[in-house]
Amino acid sequence: MEWIRESVDSIKSIQFRKTLSQAVNLGLILTSALIIWKGLICITGSESPVVVVLSESMEPGFQRGDILFLHMSKDPIRAGEIIVFNVDGHDIPIVHRVIKVHERQDTGEVYILTKGDNNDKDDRVLYAQGQHWLQRHHVMGRAVGFLPYVGWMTIIMTEKPVIKYIIIGALGLLVITSKD
Amino acid sequence: MHSFGYRANALITLGVTVLALMCAMASLSDNLNFPTPSAQVQVLNVNWFQKQRNGNEEVSLTLNISADLQSMFTWNTKQVFVFLAAEYETPKNSLNQVSLWDGIIPSKEHAKFLIHTTNKYRFIDQGSNLQGKEFNLTLHWHVMPKTGKMFADKIVMTGYRLPEEYR
Repeated sequence: MEWIRESVDSIKSIQFRKTLSQAVNLGLILTSALIIWKGLICITGSESPVVVVLSESMEPGFQRGDILFLHMSKDPIRAGEIIVFNVDGHDIPIVHRVIKVHERQDTGEVYILTKGDNNDKDDRVLYAQGQHWLQRHHVMGRAVGFLPYVGWMTIIMTEKPVIKYIIIGALGLLVITSKD
Repeated sequence: MHSFGYRANALITLGVTVLALMCAMASLSDNLNFPTPSAQVQVLNVNWFQKQRNGNEEVSLTLNISADLQSMFTWNTKQVFVFLAAEYETPKNSLNQVSLWDGIIPSKEHAKFLIHTTNKYRFIDQGSNLQGKEFNLTLHWHVMPKTGKMFADKIVMTGYRLPEEYR
């Protein structure tokens, strides 16, 4: 009786330690990803340092599925820069080029009009009702560099959430069943 | 140590690292290029110059835009986006930049061009400050690479002037 109880206890304690170390490992991986993401936000000064191009409005320069690296500095916004902005009330950021700039003498406040390279019309139709110009506080960042094709994973996961669940499930299974 | 999972993981990590390194090197190679562009713009005609009902002035121009941007293309260049902006100062605004025309140059062969056009985008002021206004025409370009860092620069051409009276 005694030795049965002893061996059961020893088996349970090994299982417990192993599961605990696996959980800590998983936690470390997740938090280091978070640290990298937050660090990027700090370095680039933009709330969203990496965005995926979702529409064809900037073709042939940026195709759907490319990712853009953003940077936001205090430099004034000038015509020709590719900026990422949010329209009030919409949370999908838009990546278009600045085609008109009017900067006030007194306040330095700037009034911007944007247009997608591949669009016929400028973006006034996209702005909020009654809004004719964008201002600095709408702008989340300037596009400074890009990588082609890398963003397709994000597009697939957004448009077909099933794939997202499958991948997360598979990753979870991998973590649990890994030998070390 | 030799399971399929480990091998696949090692292979994918190596592949991604090598790919990232290649993209970085491709982008860095763009820094070795020193472009020597040239451009010239003629305002052939002021088609009309009116004040709109909302108080903003608008002018329509016919332009001859010629440029040679061939030296800007490297093997890592996908396209060069070029646009012409009128830049001027008014009492209310320290800087106004209005894009008049833009185009996409997909390859080196198309980078030397002469375009005869009216302004593609409307030249509208915030207010009515354009009579007799001196302005610069600046040709801006944006080199968009196949991968990596984008470069932008411009050539400023001065000495243009709008008419004193509406027509």
